[in-house]
Amino acid sequence: MEPITAPIIDFTSLAPVLVLSVFAMMVLLVDLFIGRNKSVLVFISLVGLLCAAVSAFAKGTEIPVSSFNGAYIVDRLSIFFTMIFCMSSALAILLAVEYNKREGIRVGEYYSLILFCTVGMIVLASATDLIMIFLGIEIVSICLYVLAGIRRTDPKSNEAALKYFLLGAFATGFLLYGMTLLYGTTGSVKLATIAQLLNSGEVLAQPLMLLGVVLLVIGFGFKVAAVPFHMWAPDVYQGAPTPVTAFMAVGPKAAAFAAFYRLFAEGIPELAPTWQMTLSIVAVFSMFFGNLGAIMQTNIKRLLAFSSVSHVGYILIAVIAKDTLGSASLMFYMLSYAFMIFGIFGIIIILGRKGHENLELEHYSGLGFKHPLLALCMTMFMLSLGGMPPLAGFVAKFYIFQAALNEGFLWLVIIAVLNSAISFYYYLKVIVFMYMKEPIGEFKISLTPITLFVVAVGIIGTLELGIFPGPIIFLAQY
Amino acid sequence: MVPLSHYLILSATLFSIGVLGVLIRRNAIVVFMCVEIMLNAVNISLIAFDRHLNQHDGQIFSFMVMAVAAAEVSVGLAIIIALFRNRPTVNLDEFNLMKW
Repeated sequence: MEPITAPIIDFTSLAPVLVLSVFAMMVLLVDLFIGRNKSVLVFISLVGLLCAAVSAFAKGTEIPVSSFNGAYIVDRLSIFFTMIFCMSSALAILLAVEYNKREGIRVGEYYSLILFCTVGMIVLASATDLIMIFLGIEIVSICLYVLAGIRRTDPKSNEAALKYFLLGAFATGFLLYGMTLLYGTTGSVKLATIAQLLNSGEVLAQPLMLLGVVLLVIGFGFKVAAVPFHMWAPDVYQGAPTPVTAFMAVGPKAAAFAAFYRLFAEGIPELAPTWQMTLSIVAVFSMFFGNLGAIMQTNIKRLLAFSSVSHVGYILIAVIAKDTLGSASLMFYMLSYAFMIFGIFGIIIILGRKGHENLELEHYSGLGFKHPLLALCMTMFMLSLGGMPPLAGFVAKFYIFQAALNEGFLWLVIIAVLNSAISFYYYLKVIVFMYMKEPIGEFKISLTPITLFVVAVGIIGTLELGIFPGPIIFLAQY
Repeated sequence: MVPLSHYLILSATLFSIGVLGVLIRRNAIVVFMCVEIMLNAVNISLIAFDRHLNQHDGQIFSFMVMAVAAAEVSVGLAIIIALFRNRPTVNLDEFNLMKW
């Protein structure tokens, strides 16, 4: 046996992780000494996220840099995703400020859990080693289990947490078994070494390895809620507090996709024909069942849950088209998806009030007459999710389809376009409710400045990415 | 010397028992235990591969798995307790406030 060599610790590439961890612990500590007013914690968390976003550039222009014996990498993908994570966590915290006050969630842990979760997401997006990917996924998941159940006295929140926890832990088992088989058949946990070994053809076509790949698809499928592993999503989305739902629809999903992309496109590209086929089937099922499921929903959060399942289908196409354009379109999609989702959930929070969250679609009837501006924003987000030009959703889908066409997946693109058409049915249903039905009661909305700010950010982002996508696509592609 | 395949078969059997348990049993605590069986089945094959390949990565990986499993236990039991305070049951079939 060769002796274990201690890795050279590279603090600058770990900078965002370290900064955020420190701030998250600081939030926990400060929480002990302040009273019931938690606005200090919000401030500290936002400063922490800002510092983390800045420190992501600590490596300057010398990227990509691999450190810790090839277990951790700072490159275009990881920096771009770090930006998405910091932004989405900041928006999730801003959404929660007034919501928590209204619903009586007076816990400071909320903010530190979001920061810890962000740490996990950054680790996940930068990991190039099976152990690191596993750790990242678990840091994210464990924080999310707690966040989903943070309303301890609410049975729905409890139920969401339990379902999420049991199915998440179940998925972890599959993921781990897949990683173990990959390790056992290649003899390495480093993605680069695995790719090298596969390239030299030493381990190809071992049935155990293929079994490992299938198990990995199952594990990741659970984590990103792809059909047929999506059954937890609607319940968890519905039961979790609304800001948490928005958060878990964007950040953790983006992180899981970053790791998904890295593992499959950089670790085992030699097996591409196998996993591209498997993933195509999963993608097609996700799009179909997500859209068909969403058509039947009457609760807006469940509708968005099914819609996010169908979006997972589109994003999987970006993973399948594994070249540079694939990763660039993945980043662009996640960024525009973040703007749309936070905008929508901001409006959902505004429309609720203490004790009445107003989550049924019929509560939205007549919104267009009473609050035209809010209804207009909602309309824009819905159309953007469906993929209507000139909004962000259209451009994002366009790039993904282009990446898939470059790789020769014409049939997949045709199915995806058909599905976009189906999805307009339920996105337009919301719009029909807002503009063409009589209100069923008085609107008692809670127009609060910070939540409105989040909606405004969403609108600006959706328009900006839709009309001038050039600079962002350039950043994503170099 | 026990060959590698024996360990792998043991690990696969344990893993299947865990999966079946999660799918069949209705008690939240038992389901949770089955998840832990799955994780430990993975540990067995990690160590077996590690020994077979004469490396260290597998051992380190299995330590990580244990640490994470411990963290998961603490969070999971806390969730089950919080739930039990609101409704005194751990039967998964009774958690149907939302459409399953």
